[in-house]
Amino acid sequence: MTATKMHPTASIRQNLFYQLAGVAAILSFAFFLIVRGVAEQAAEMTQDGILSASATAIADALRSEGGAVVLDLPYSALSMLGTLNEDRVFYRIYTDQQTLTGYPDLPLPDERPRRGEPVFETHEFRGDEVRAVSVMRPVGASGAARNVIVTVAQTRLGLEATSRTITTTATGVAAGFFLAATGLSLWAASAALAPIERLTSAVARRGPYDLRPVTADTPTELVPLVDALNSFMTRLRASLSRTEDFIAEAAHRVRTPLATVRTQAEVTHRKLNKPEHRLAIREMIRAIDESSRSAGQMLDHAMVKFRTDTLASDQLDMRALIDEVCDRLGATADLKDIDIIRDLPDDPIPIHGDGILLQATLQNLLDNAIKYSPEDSRITVSVTPNDALWVSITDEGRGFGDADLTRLKTRYTRGANVGDIVGSGLGLTIADEVASAHGGRIDIKPNENGAGACVSLVLPRE
Amino acid sequence: MRFLLIEDNPKLASAIVERLRLDGHAVDHADTLDAAHSCLAVARYDLMLLDIMLPDGDGRALLESQRQDTNRCPVIVITARSAVSDRVSLLDLGADDYITKPFDFSELEARCRAVLRRQGRATDNRISIAGTTLDSTAGELLFDGQVIALRNRELRLLEVFFKAPGQVFSKSHLIDRMFSLSDEASENAIEVYVARLRKRLDGSGTKIETVRGLGYRMVAV
Repeated sequence: MTATKMHPTASIRQNLFYQLAGVAAILSFAFFLIVRGVAEQAAEMTQDGILSASATAIADALRSEGGAVVLDLPYSALSMLGTLNEDRVFYRIYTDQQTLTGYPDLPLPDERPRRGEPVFETHEFRGDEVRAVSVMRPVGASGAARNVIVTVAQTRLGLEATSRTITTTATGVAAGFFLAATGLSLWAASAALAPIERLTSAVARRGPYDLRPVTADTPTELVPLVDALNSFMTRLRASLSRTEDFIAEAAHRVRTPLATVRTQAEVTHRKLNKPEHRLAIREMIRAIDESSRSAGQMLDHAMVKFRTDTLASDQLDMRALIDEVCDRLGATADLKDIDIIRDLPDDPIPIHGDGILLQATLQNLLDNAIKYSPEDSRITVSVTPNDALWVSITDEGRGFGDADLTRLKTRYTRGANVGDIVGSGLGLTIADEVASAHGGRIDIKPNENGAGACVSLVLPRE
Repeated sequence: MRFLLIEDNPKLASAIVERLRLDGHAVDHADTLDAAHSCLAVARYDLMLLDIMLPDGDGRALLESQRQDTNRCPVIVITARSAVSDRVSLLDLGADDYITKPFDFSELEARCRAVLRRQGRATDNRISIAGTTLDSTAGELLFDGQVIALRNRELRLLEVFFKAPGQVFSKSHLIDRMFSLSDEASENAIEVYVARLRKRLDGSGTKIETVRGLGYRMVAV
């Protein structure tokens, strides 16, 4: 189960954010256009209204006096235009091909206005753009009435200023809208992804052996994914427990008959008197021990491989682990009158790792030391916290002879002077694999104070 | 000591029973959890040897049920499991120790002794001869108000003599009792240990006597 590298594509959060921000930008621009359009139209309509009111007021003041058209120009008609800024005002009263009063060069409308229907135009006049309105009014008795055209024009400086103000305001409002919308998109993207994050942390928090189904709150869209994950974990759990069951079952099948044979051999040994028969039985027992040890270590090896793939990282106390292993093997050491001396600090030694594997490793190392130690000797288990944590097991045994110390950790390699001691050559391999899985190593050197070996489990400090 | 062996494999069970009886222990055998419960209901045992895989259930259930019992019998689990699978949980469940199949009987005996010592249980493991007492649980020799701590092998050898005073034991028999069968041991080793024991017993009411050509025996001074 090596971790395959994932190739993450673009983040959902980023995509969501960009999309929402894009939509906000388009909406802000449309908003800007609409506000500006409506406001300018409203300003234009205001000017048009005043212009047309002014023209109508002038037209209302026209009267006929003896066949001639007379006008008392009502100044209010022009002064109402003055309310609009500093704009200049022009007018022209025109009838029968001649200008009665006003600016004779103010252009007439292209299209003759009809009665009651003012005509609006925008054109250039005396260097400025002007808005002009023309109304037509018949003056005089019916039948002899003359059509008079009243044109009033005004420059558009005020309107342009208004338009600029409106544009500035609309730009500001649109930008504000865009910023607010962008902020909200950021929040919305996070809020939308929050359930995914909750789910992720619920899964990521788990230890490697925690294969219970995920029960965190799941949004509807993620239910199929979580269902798939849960069914995968169920299958994985089943497969893992099958592997463990298989190893346990294999061990049981191999070891129970071996135990029977060994026990019967011991019973028989007691009953025999001839030295050659007794020797034969002893040989048999040694063979049984050898095969059971090999089988056990091969199964251990399989189990270690299996566990290091998904290494647990439990908070452990190395001191307690060592104490337990020493207690456990005390009885075995006692059989050979070997004293296990513990040279340990008083305080707990915190480490992270797989407790079962580390304990099995220490047990393997200590068991080796007991096996290769002479009777009535001492084994020292000591802890030296340097830059790394050294757990050293020093014995007064036969050491490793001339064996290549670096090769001892490879499979089925044993020391040069193992003699007739039962062993499989897997013990140090297992220990070494566990150590490297924890980022450490096994160090082997001769005992500094005389005969024997010093084997250390070296683990990185927390 | 009185053992209850709970083991479903009949061949292994009968071999273990016979082997333990050779060392003078009393053993009852139960082949199912049910039978084990019946035995525990009527008799008191010094130690229980429990195989975890049983036909009518997991031996762990028995551990669990015994756990609450204040006067419970200490348990050594016999397991075939790998060293790195579930040993820890066995001890968590209330087993006092475990031993992996196949096992050496001297190791089993050492573990039993260690468990009994840890439990501080009063067993009838004291034998007195002519004013000299051997406490095999504590591993001590007591006489004249002195307490002498014995090493493991000295204790095991002395126990053989104390259990049958006056009986002559051959060197090969003593080797069987003192060394595990996978150990390499010579008859010289016995001479070394007997010499040590003689020193220990110096001043007590007993001594180990050489019977030329036959072996050793213990007699009152």
